Amino acid sequence: MAAKTDERTDKQHLQRIGLIWLVVSLVAMALVYFWWGPHLPPGTDSVEAKGQQFDNRVLATIATPVFLFVWVYLLYVLVHWRVKSDTPVSELEDGPPVKGHRGFQATWMIVTSVTVFALFVFGTVELVQNAGAGTGSGQAPIWTPVGYKQNLNKTKLLVVQVIGQQWRWTFRYPQFGGVETSQLYMPSGQEVQFAVTSLDVIHSFWAVNLGIKADANPGVNNIAFGEATKNGLINIRCIELCGIWHGSMYANGHVVSLADFHTWITAQAATHRQLIPYLPPYANIYLPQADGGYYDPNTNPLPPPGPTPNPVPSVIQ
Amino acid sequence: MAIDTTPAPSVDESGSAPLHNTHDTKPWYTEGNLVYALIGAVLGYTIGHWFGNWLASGYQQIQGSGQNDYALVLGYLLATIGWLAGLGILNYPLMKMVGLHPSPDEDDGAKAHRPLRAYFTYTLDHKVVGVQYLVGMLFYFFTAGLFALAIRTELLSPTRHILPPGSYLTVVGEHGTMMMMMMTSVILGPFGNYFIPLMIGARRMAFPRLEALSFWITPAAFIVLLSGIIVGGFPTGWTGYAPLAVEATQGQDAYLVAFGLMGTSMIVGGFNIVVTVINYRAPGMTWTRVPIFTWAMLVTAMLMVLAAPVLVAGTYMSLLDRTVQTALFDVNHGGSSYLWQNLYWFFGHPEVYILALPGFGIALELLPVFGRKPLFGYRTAVAGMVGVGMLSFFVWQHHLFVSGMNPDMRPVVMLTTEMISIPTGIVYLVAVGTLWRAKLRITVPVLFILGMLFNFLIGGISGVFLSDVPTDAVAHGTFFVMAHFHYTIMGGLIFTFFGGIYYWLPKMTGRQLDQRLGRIHFWTLFIFFNSTFLPLFAVGELGMPRRVFEYEKTLQGLNMWVSISAYFIALSMLIFIYNFIKSTILDPKPIIPDDLWGSRGLEWMTENPVPENNFAHVPTVLSGPYEYGTGAGPMAVIGAVPVEAATSNEPVTHEGGS
Repeated sequence: MAAKTDERTDKQHLQRIGLIWLVVSLVAMALVYFWWGPHLPPGTDSVEAKGQQFDNRVLATIATPVFLFVWVYLLYVLVHWRVKSDTPVSELEDGPPVKGHRGFQATWMIVTSVTVFALFVFGTVELVQNAGAGTGSGQAPIWTPVGYKQNLNKTKLLVVQVIGQQWRWTFRYPQFGGVETSQLYMPSGQEVQFAVTSLDVIHSFWAVNLGIKADANPGVNNIAFGEATKNGLINIRCIELCGIWHGSMYANGHVVSLADFHTWITAQAATHRQLIPYLPPYANIYLPQADGGYYDPNTNPLPPPGPTPNPVPSVIQ
Repeated sequence: MAIDTTPAPSVDESGSAPLHNTHDTKPWYTEGNLVYALIGAVLGYTIGHWFGNWLASGYQQIQGSGQNDYALVLGYLLATIGWLAGLGILNYPLMKMVGLHPSPDEDDGAKAHRPLRAYFTYTLDHKVVGVQYLVGMLFYFFTAGLFALAIRTELLSPTRHILPPGSYLTVVGEHGTMMMMMMTSVILGPFGNYFIPLMIGARRMAFPRLEALSFWITPAAFIVLLSGIIVGGFPTGWTGYAPLAVEATQGQDAYLVAFGLMGTSMIVGGFNIVVTVINYRAPGMTWTRVPIFTWAMLVTAMLMVLAAPVLVAGTYMSLLDRTVQTALFDVNHGGSSYLWQNLYWFFGHPEVYILALPGFGIALELLPVFGRKPLFGYRTAVAGMVGVGMLSFFVWQHHLFVSGMNPDMRPVVMLTTEMISIPTGIVYLVAVGTLWRAKLRITVPVLFILGMLFNFLIGGISGVFLSDVPTDAVAHGTFFVMAHFHYTIMGGLIFTFFGGIYYWLPKMTGRQLDQRLGRIHFWTLFIFFNSTFLPLFAVGELGMPRRVFEYEKTLQGLNMWVSISAYFIALSMLIFIYNFIKSTILDPKPIIPDDLWGSRGLEWMTENPVPENNFAHVPTVLSGPYEYGTGAGPMAVIGAVPVEAATSNEPVTHEGGS
């Protein structure tokens, strides 16, 4: 075989490698995008999850020819030109003394640079257009969905405050009197503003199937947006190490229809009416105080809870 | 540097070269040794612990919690000082400091035939330090590997079944911390220290005392970290995030002191290598002739010098929060939980490249030797490594994409992170070019290099999913991340480390490892490494967070597969350990390594075993190390000037020592 391959010129070798790579890549890319792509995590339970799945799909498709180039090339080189591994040093022949190839190096640099820049543009567009793509975007996000206002009394989105503490999640609904529940309920087809904070150490809120992930830092109000599209269960886990029971710091929730959500929250508000005054007043962040309670003395954006739930924002009615 | 073989004016022998003084008159017990070091450590710990108790036992927070962090931290610090003093490391600098003129250290290591005890003492010869590092690093690596087996055993079941949650997190933290802090020196320690002077034609390191110090800190850091298990464990994993670290049990002090010590070791060890490569090159060793492995070591060492101080500062702050009740990380009193994350990752991301660059260096160093071709695009390769090093300081916030910190900066960090794939890709560019028509001998070292090229590709490309914010929203904090960095570090660094052992051990010891067992080691490691870590990408994407022992029942099948594969990795490592012990100690077959691989490199041109000054005569470098097939003559000629008389590769005014 060695004698035969030596007759080929560099160009012929390159053409063969290029052809193999092109065929394999095209097939593999099609398979990755069309066959594997729809099954990639995190599924399609929300707008954000769908967007992340699309991004996973695109990146996996772009990565495929890169993998294949290196593998095809390595295999080709090893098959064609390797020599016996126990060849004595005295019988070794030198390879062609090529120290570089300006054109090849330049092409490589240009291709990688363009790919990287394209990935950057793609990632940025996906991040900005999807209002943070389900990630925690700080206390004053600048890429926001329609209807978002920083003032809790003006925003048209449903606000769910996610409070992490060692080792459980609770959820407060400031537009419904600040009622606090241990399960997350949210209506489908509605943009929800998650305000994530912590009472002690760093946690991280991850609604796995909704593709929403935001760190819960003490003293920080970290906002993420999400819109569920399908009714069903929500799987919530803590994704930042927060102490010995980090592994079992999970919660669950339900995506329900708007009417069901309204029924549920009204019932919760009614059930908890007597308890709400004993909770710290709703605030963006909660700091431990000398009296043992948790509240932020500087911000108190809501009127004190009255006998009836606060008016429901128009978008939710 | 111009070629200059004329001997420079002679300088005072004892001042310029303390290594040469090898008269052996004093008995061993007048010198520092391991026995004194252990006594010093115990004494130091006792005094520190007593002082901490005396000082702070009446404090409110200590009476309330029942744990005195002052006593423990002071105990650790004084134990370390006692350990170093017992080894005799402090004698020379202390005597200098008080104006005495210490006699140059007696140094067993510098002799051609080194007594065995030289390897167990504070020794200034870089060749001995290299061997000490090699054995030490293997020991640390296998110890940390045992913790990994414990983790995988617990993860056989989706609920708790062997380890209680606190112990589980301690095991996870010990594994992660030990691997991440010790393995920073896994290649730089043994091969960097041993081979850099040989590769650049220097007779010694610039700062042998700092070099030896950098090694002798590592056992202290290792033992302090292990002691964390006894004093209550720590719950933070290797990242030590702050509000949790401040409230954690006393094992956290062990983590912080150990990581700080290892940071110090990185700073002094890296500093020595930077200065050596810049100043101690032989005549004719111009920058374009410096071997690519030495370049990789230089960049790695620079990253260590620049990044590790931030880590040391961070551990110091965290210790202050835990002991004297500062509030640097306490949001309630003006601190911030973000501060630790910033400090930690400002060190942590360059550290990732401290762990990657040595692997690139070995891969690119070996491919020309075994392919009998010049290194393709030498200057591009150097530029790539320097580029990786520089960019690594601008990407740390990608660890904080969902933290809410600087959310509007994320596109910039996304760009810098993805840009790193350009200089990293250069490693593949150079490998691809070098392999073109290369008459590659697939020896055991080459197998490991090819394995690295395969693994690191997966590691690198999975990194793109983590650098892109929307896809990172899925992968962040899950087993995907864990699989990603095991592919880059274990698949890159550790594979090339083993490749380096099979390649260079003959030069270091005059003994070659069994090649057949080496092949079995490679194939078992390669297959079961991939079988272990490839499924973990899926496990992470399907919703399993890192550092948990409770996961969804549907993921149990994959986790069991991974755990069983991990046991086979351990089996593969046992093959290596058996091979290592058999080939070097039990059944050694001495060989003369000069022409073993047919390398042109300067490190193969010295005598065997390597003489005390590395070269009997000053070498003059005539061409680059990779001129295979170009018709260039040998890389260097060993000149007529005896090394003892020549100072041309040392600064003339140099006082000697550190």
